[in-house]
Amino acid sequence: MFSGPQIASMMLDLGVTHVVTVPDSTIGAWGDAMEGIPGLEVIRVCREGEAWAIAGGLYLGGATPLVLIQCTGLFESGDALRNIVHDWKLPIPSMIGYRSYLDQSVLPGDTCLTFTEPILDAWRLPYRLITAPTQLDEVRTFLAAARQAAQPAVALIAEGRA
Amino acid sequence: MSLAGMPMREAVATLRDARGPKDIVIPSMGSAREWMALGPVHDLDFILVPSAMGHATSVGLGLALAQPDRRVIVLSGDGSLLMNLGSLVTISAESPANLVIVVFVNGVYEVTGAQVTPGPETVPVDYAALARASGIQSVFRWSSLDDWRSGIDSALGAVGPTLVVLDVAPVPGAAGPRSPGPTGERVKRFMAAVGVNPIPPVSS
Repeated sequence: MFSGPQIASMMLDLGVTHVVTVPDSTIGAWGDAMEGIPGLEVIRVCREGEAWAIAGGLYLGGATPLVLIQCTGLFESGDALRNIVHDWKLPIPSMIGYRSYLDQSVLPGDTCLTFTEPILDAWRLPYRLITAPTQLDEVRTFLAAARQAAQPAVALIAEGRA
Repeated sequence: MSLAGMPMREAVATLRDARGPKDIVIPSMGSAREWMALGPVHDLDFILVPSAMGHATSVGLGLALAQPDRRVIVLSGDGSLLMNLGSLVTISAESPANLVIVVFVNGVYEVTGAQVTPGPETVPVDYAALARASGIQSVFRWSSLDDWRSGIDSALGAVGPTLVVLDVAPVPGAAGPRSPGPTGERVKRFMAAVGVNPIPPVSS
């Protein structure tokens, strides 16, 4: 979909200071590409719920974090994002990989396709589905607008094979 | 297993007395109840009520990374830490020198009625060993109030990340902490106290 350098460049454009992440086979390469870039820290966490809480603390301390996880991690994140985004009203942006959206050959009938978007709706997270490499600017614009409005936002990135 | 230990309120009061004027303190669950019962909260207290299960350590990590010139002190229970044990590894990996985690170990989920926390029946979970095994170098453990009072300066002065294990007695019949006010307003006040420009909260 997108290359690591493309994502790293976009993070810097958006003023992101910390990317809090659990990798998958797509977004993992993005995290690797962001390592060592001045002004951008990659925080690798053990489980996705941690990511929202760490991002919340970063935000409270004046940083500009972004959560980068797969949709399976979204399912794990419920209590943490409920607390950080809704209880505390912290507008944490995220990029979430949408497993199997583009290719179900490895996991036919992957239930990620059944539950990801309803779960985003249930958690009242505004999202933009991104399905093509030509949409990078759309991701940038969407996340920038959310930051300007101090709203949470999810760029939901279609992925290929699991 | 439920443990004998120092009185919870006095253990918290010791920390309250020792915190520095620029320190950020994040009390949660039972420690938040005791912290608020002991007097007015400081502008740099972030009372993590309401909370997500076990995430005080992670919020503290984020604040410690964003505010490296301030000491950040997280107050957690053993039940809470069990829900987010992986955070010890993440904290070790990030290694913020300014982060202190104080774990009040009473062997029960106190605020839900003192049900026992998971663990072996005969040997208490060794949180200090878990922290060391996660790579955290500055680890302290005290079981008596006198020892805690004597040792607190060494713990708060250690190069972090630091984990302090305090064996405390459960508080019979203790309720959960009550929210001290609307979260959006508390966020604005806290960020202003930290010196960060508050950003309008998201409506949900």
